[in-house]
Amino acid sequence: MAKNKDLDLMESGSKVKIGISDMIIRGFGYFFVTLYALACVFPFLIIIGTSFTSETVIRAEGVKLIPKEATLQAYEMVVHGGLIWKSYGLTITLTLCGTLLGLSIIAMTGYALQRKDFPLRNGISFYIYFTSLFSAGLAPYYLLMTQTYHLKDSYFAVFLPLLMSPWLIILMKNFVKAIPHEITESGKIDGAGDMRIFIDLILPMLKPALATIGLFLALGYWNEWYQSSLFLSSRIAVKPLQFQLYKVVNEAQALKNSVAGQYVSVSDIPTESLKMATAVLATGPIVFLYPFVQKYFIGGITVGAVKG
Amino acid sequence: MGKGKAVAASATGGKKKRGIRETLWKYRTLELMCLPAIIFFFMFSYMPLPGIYVAFVNYNYQGGIFGSPFIGLQNFQFLAESGKLFELTKNTILYNLAFIILGNILAIFVAILLNEMRSKWFKKVSQTMMFLPYFISQVLVGILVYNLLNYDYGFVNTILVKLGLEKWGPYSDPTVWPVLLVIIHLWQQTGYNSVVYFAAIMGIDAEIIEAAKVDGANGFQKIRYIILPGLRPTLVILLLFAMGGIVKGNFGLFYNVVGTNSILFPTTDIIETYVYRAATTEFNFSRASAVGLYQSIIGFIMVMISNFVVKKIEPDYSLF
Repeated sequence: MAKNKDLDLMESGSKVKIGISDMIIRGFGYFFVTLYALACVFPFLIIIGTSFTSETVIRAEGVKLIPKEATLQAYEMVVHGGLIWKSYGLTITLTLCGTLLGLSIIAMTGYALQRKDFPLRNGISFYIYFTSLFSAGLAPYYLLMTQTYHLKDSYFAVFLPLLMSPWLIILMKNFVKAIPHEITESGKIDGAGDMRIFIDLILPMLKPALATIGLFLALGYWNEWYQSSLFLSSRIAVKPLQFQLYKVVNEAQALKNSVAGQYVSVSDIPTESLKMATAVLATGPIVFLYPFVQKYFIGGITVGAVKG
Repeated sequence: MGKGKAVAASATGGKKKRGIRETLWKYRTLELMCLPAIIFFFMFSYMPLPGIYVAFVNYNYQGGIFGSPFIGLQNFQFLAESGKLFELTKNTILYNLAFIILGNILAIFVAILLNEMRSKWFKKVSQTMMFLPYFISQVLVGILVYNLLNYDYGFVNTILVKLGLEKWGPYSDPTVWPVLLVIIHLWQQTGYNSVVYFAAIMGIDAEIIEAAKVDGANGFQKIRYIILPGLRPTLVILLLFAMGGIVKGNFGLFYNVVGTNSILFPTTDIIETYVYRAATTEFNFSRASAVGLYQSIIGFIMVMISNFVVKKIEPDYSLF
């Protein structure tokens, strides 16, 4: 830190010196931001701590940051229970397929709707945009999905609705807007069809857009629990990861199922640490990956957050 | 608009009708590219619309949506007269107002402080830490809160007991949740929201700031007279858009943190949680749909008003 201060003085030293008010603001800034950033991470540390704490300690003394009598028991039980790996498999499959399919459709639509010579662009844009202005609400949607489409207890009820959203299509349109129309024109002059132009000329230029929107889609699939809670009943043994986590935490039966066949007595199940170990396992990949991809999300916010 | 262009395209080709067909054929590839999305929104957004009718019937399974007895506005009447509609609307709007106002203040505050930091390393690390809550599922948010606050083993109570104080049981006390939910919401969203303001600060002309420094403006004056006014357009636009969504609740947060704990409902029940319960546990689709329709209509009006205002102030940013 001292080193940075020096750098600072060098930077601005030629013109103005740092005043007392700057020092106060900066000092308070470091203090407040440090505190706030720690508060953002702290609850995660307690969860990790709890997941390694033995159940007897939790029951006697409560949850702690640093585990006393650290144990891997909860993790061993979750891992041996096996259900979580099936959930992992399901969620990874849904995430990969959904992201690829959704991204292809969003990219094609975003390009077509940004083509200035496409006469239907305004009509179709409005058709898509209108769905975010007015919706039928949950009850008619639920009845349609279960009684007309018969998607109760089907993974398609989870997979399909997350494929795209008006917001993501608008975001893609904004990315496409930055590509000069001349590129499409030059493709046309060379005699390429619209699909050829899109695949050979436009897609390579859309890489940042594909990364950003793909990550939004992937995050949506990975964190999915809402559609699952609506449409997947207890008859479905393998649930998407976050919904499985929800069940383990909120339903005693699901907790028991997740460690099936390992313990005779129900009272021997380390309830609290087991919940937290499941939470750590279900969230782990995101926590490790997001620092590397957050710049794409920031790109998404600045391109599409305010402007529709 | 589409028609006008079609006519123009067919100017050489004679009849108007053939022109439209020709244009449709000419752009068949672009139309096909849009087709999957058109089908998607038709299936999942337009198909449910006729089902709104269920709000006007007394739904039963044998009859289905269109075979159940029509009862007009009785569902709405019941909800209005029982005071439920008012309570849900009040809760939803008050929570959203707190989220919007405090959320923006905190986001601006964090963005300004981050901008004053000179250590790139510190900026990067702290921003990454603040971004973490945005990436986790709402289910995990519920668990984090539970692990902190539950009466038997929660972290807060562990500390209180250690200090020789009495245990705190928020899960049986509805009065504390408005504050708690606001804190949790801010905790999850501020890292993300501050990015928007941070970008806006970056967009302020650096020369103006330099000039102010040369003129002897101190740090507080710089923030007060340059940065804050510079953020005003962004703030106004974000506030207006937020007003458009004032009756839309953060269902994931309320459902995962409060869940089925009915003791807390008086202060935590919002439109979304009520509709979800009515549809999935009470199977009262008519009532659920009535509340949902009421919400959709109010929401639609709010978006129209806020967009109208945005168009007046900052036409570039209006949605349509």
